[in-house]
Amino acid sequence: MAKQPAAVIGVGQTHHRAKREDVSMAGLCREAIDRALADAGMGLDDIDAIVVGKAPDLFEGVMMPELFLADALGAAGKPLLRVHTAGSVGGSTAIVAASLVQAGVHKRVLTVAFEKQSESNAMWALSVPLPFNMPVHAGAGGYFAPHVRSYIRRASAPTHIGAVVAAKDRTNALNNPYAHLRERKTVEQVLESQMLWDPIRYDETCPSSDGACALVIVDEDTAASSNNPAWIHGTVMRSEATTAAERDQVNPQAGRDAAAALWKQAGITNPIEEIDAAEIYVPFSWFEPMWLENLGFAEEGTGWKLTEAGETAMDGRLPVNCSGGVLSSNPIGASGMLRFGEAALQVRGAAGDHQVDGVRRALGHAYGGGSQFFAMWVVGAEKPTG
Amino acid sequence: MRDVAVVGFAQRQMLEFDGSPTCVELLVPLFRECYEQTGWTRRDIGFWCSGSSDYLAGRSFSFVQAVDAIGVIPPVNESHVEMDLAWAMYEAWLKIQTGEVDTALVYAFGKSSAGVLRRTLALQLEPYTMTPLWPDTVSLAGLQARVGIDAGLWDERAMAEVANRSLTDAEKNEYAVRKGGSSVEDLLARPMYADPLRKHDCAPVTDGAAAIVLAADDRARDVRERPAWISGIAHYVDPMGMGTRDLTRAPSAQRAAAALDLAGTEVAELHAPFSHQELILRRELGLADDVTVNPSGGALTGNPMFSGGGIRIGEAARRIWSGDATKVLGHATSGPALQQNLVCTMEGR
Repeated sequence: MAKQPAAVIGVGQTHHRAKREDVSMAGLCREAIDRALADAGMGLDDIDAIVVGKAPDLFEGVMMPELFLADALGAAGKPLLRVHTAGSVGGSTAIVAASLVQAGVHKRVLTVAFEKQSESNAMWALSVPLPFNMPVHAGAGGYFAPHVRSYIRRASAPTHIGAVVAAKDRTNALNNPYAHLRERKTVEQVLESQMLWDPIRYDETCPSSDGACALVIVDEDTAASSNNPAWIHGTVMRSEATTAAERDQVNPQAGRDAAAALWKQAGITNPIEEIDAAEIYVPFSWFEPMWLENLGFAEEGTGWKLTEAGETAMDGRLPVNCSGGVLSSNPIGASGMLRFGEAALQVRGAAGDHQVDGVRRALGHAYGGGSQFFAMWVVGAEKPTG
Repeated sequence: MRDVAVVGFAQRQMLEFDGSPTCVELLVPLFRECYEQTGWTRRDIGFWCSGSSDYLAGRSFSFVQAVDAIGVIPPVNESHVEMDLAWAMYEAWLKIQTGEVDTALVYAFGKSSAGVLRRTLALQLEPYTMTPLWPDTVSLAGLQARVGIDAGLWDERAMAEVANRSLTDAEKNEYAVRKGGSSVEDLLARPMYADPLRKHDCAPVTDGAAAIVLAADDRARDVRERPAWISGIAHYVDPMGMGTRDLTRAPSAQRAAAALDLAGTEVAELHAPFSHQELILRRELGLADDVTVNPSGGALTGNPMFSGGGIRIGEAARRIWSGDATKVLGHATSGPALQQNLVCTMEGR
C-alpha cells in the first residue's frame, strides 16, 4: 500500500527571542498557529487533529503541558498527540503529523512545536543528578566540542571553517524577520569572539530562544485549494545507541542510514544536484560541514570544502540555512520544525527576503541527543510521482 | 485501511521496582517475551515507539536509555510520545497504515514509587493558577466522585461494587499488585482515604512496564491463529479546566465511542484509576449490562503509569487470542479526571 499524498499549505512561526515575556506558553503557540492557519486560509474549526512536540518537560517546568494547553491549541474535542524525541523532536512531530494524512486517517492536521526556555532553565533541566550516572556538567557545547575536534583532525579541515558558517548564518538571519539574532557578522569577528569549548567560539553557538513553529499538513484534495503546496516527497526517522563503543559520533550511522532511506524515497540519486536548498540542524557552526558529509552532499572529509568555497551561501550550489538556521534562533523543541517549515517555504516560493530562486526540492533536517536521533524530510514544488 | 492486529503483549507490574530509576531494566525481558510469542528477532520489527514521562523519572530524556534496551545497532526507525503506551501504539498503527512498515513493537515504562505520585501529577495542571495550590490526583478524583454522588449518578455502594469485583477478578491475574475480594459491606466499612474515596477506590501506586507487538495482514496471520484485529481506534481530549468541566462526564470518551462500532462488545478493559471513573466510562461508552468489564482486575488492582492504558489493550487482545471473546475493547485515559481518552476495538475473525 502506498502512502496518501500530503502537502504543507501553512507555515507559521513566532518572533524568537531570549525571553518572550509578553506571551504565555499558550500565547506563544497561538502566535505560530494563527500565522500557519492564516497562511493556509483556514480556521481551527477546519482542523481534524493536532500534534504537539517539544523537548523535555523540565524545560518549562510543566508535566505534559499539552494537557493544560489543549483548549488554547484548539484541541478540545479533537485528537491530540504529544511527541518527544530529544532535539530532533520538531522534525519527528512534523513527520507524525504527516503520517496522520499519509495513513488516510485525517485530511487536515495542525502541528505545533514550541519551547519557552525562559520559563525554566535548560542547563538545570539537563543536569539533574542521576543515580549511577557520571555527571557531564558540560552542556551541549562541551559535549559536542570533542566531536568537532575529531572532525577537524579527520578531515584535515582549516580551523576557520566554523567561523565561515557562523558568519554566513548570522548574516542570513538579517533577511529573516522572525530570527532571534539578526546581526551582520564577518569571519574575522567570529574568530575574535570568546573561545567557549575549544574549538567552538561564542559566535559559533546557538542562542537559547523562546519560540514556536506550526504547520498545516493536508491531503491531496485539500491541497488543491492552495496555489503553492509543498508536497512531502519523503520522511525518515532513525535512532542509534547512546552507549556503544563502536559509535562514530562525528559521522553517525543513524544519520547516514536516514539520509540514504530519504533520498531513495524521494527518488534522489545525486543530492547536491537535485536538492536546491537545505535547512540543516546546525547548533554549533562546525556541524554544517559534518552534516554535509553525513547527508551525502559531500564525500567524507570534504564537506568543509563546500563551505569554504561559498557553495552553502545564498548564491551557492547548495544554499544551507538561508533562514539563519539554529545558529540564529533556537527554541529547542521547535528548532527541528523550523527547519522543516523553512524547507517548505523555500519550495513554495514564500520565504520572503531569504528566498532562493527556483527551489523545486528542499531538505529539512533535525537531530538530537548526542547525535543519535535523526528526523528529515524532503519537500517539493511538484506532487511526487508513483 | 490495512488490517493490523495486536499479536504480542508482555507486562510487569509491582509495588516497587528495585532497579534503575526508570524501569528500563524491565524492558529487556519484556522484549524477549515478545520475541518468544512472535518467533521474531528485533530485526523483524519495522518501527519502535515508546511512551514515558520525564517528570515521573525525575530527569530529562528518560526514554533515551530505553532505546538502548532495544539493541539499536544497526540504527532503527524509532519514535517516542510523552504519553501512555496506548498512544505510542496509535503512532505505530499510523506508521503501519502509511505502508512504510508492516510490524511494530511499542513499549512504555514508569517508576511511580520514585516520588510521591499524587504530587508529581499535580505538575500536569495549569501552571499559573492551579499547580501552585498542589491539588493532588487523589483529591481531584475525590471531588469528581463527590460531584457524581451529589448529583445522584452513583453512590458509595456502586463504587464499592466496582472495587469488589475488580479485587475478586485480580485473584486470577499474576501481575495485579492488589487483589482479594471480600464483600461490598466489608469494603464500605473500611476507613475513608479522601472522602468519599476509600483506598480500594483508588488505583495503587504501581511501578511497571509493558510492550505490545503490532503486525499487518499476513505478518499477523503468521504469528497467531487468531490475531486481535484492530477494527478501530479513536481518541480525543477535553479542555483541562477543572472548574468549567462537568466532572461527571467524559465527553472525549463519549466521542471516541461514537467514532467506533461498539455493538456486540463482549469484554471491555477500561482504564479507570478510580472506581467511580469506571461508572463514568461505562455510561460514556454506552456499554450494555452484559459486557464483561475488566476481567483482569483493571487499574484498581495495578496501574503502572504510562503503561496502565496500554495494558488494558493487551489484556483485551488476550481474550481474542484465547478464543474467549470475538469482540473486545481496550481503553486508556490520561490527564486529570479523565481528560483524554482512547478506545481501541479488536475482533477475532
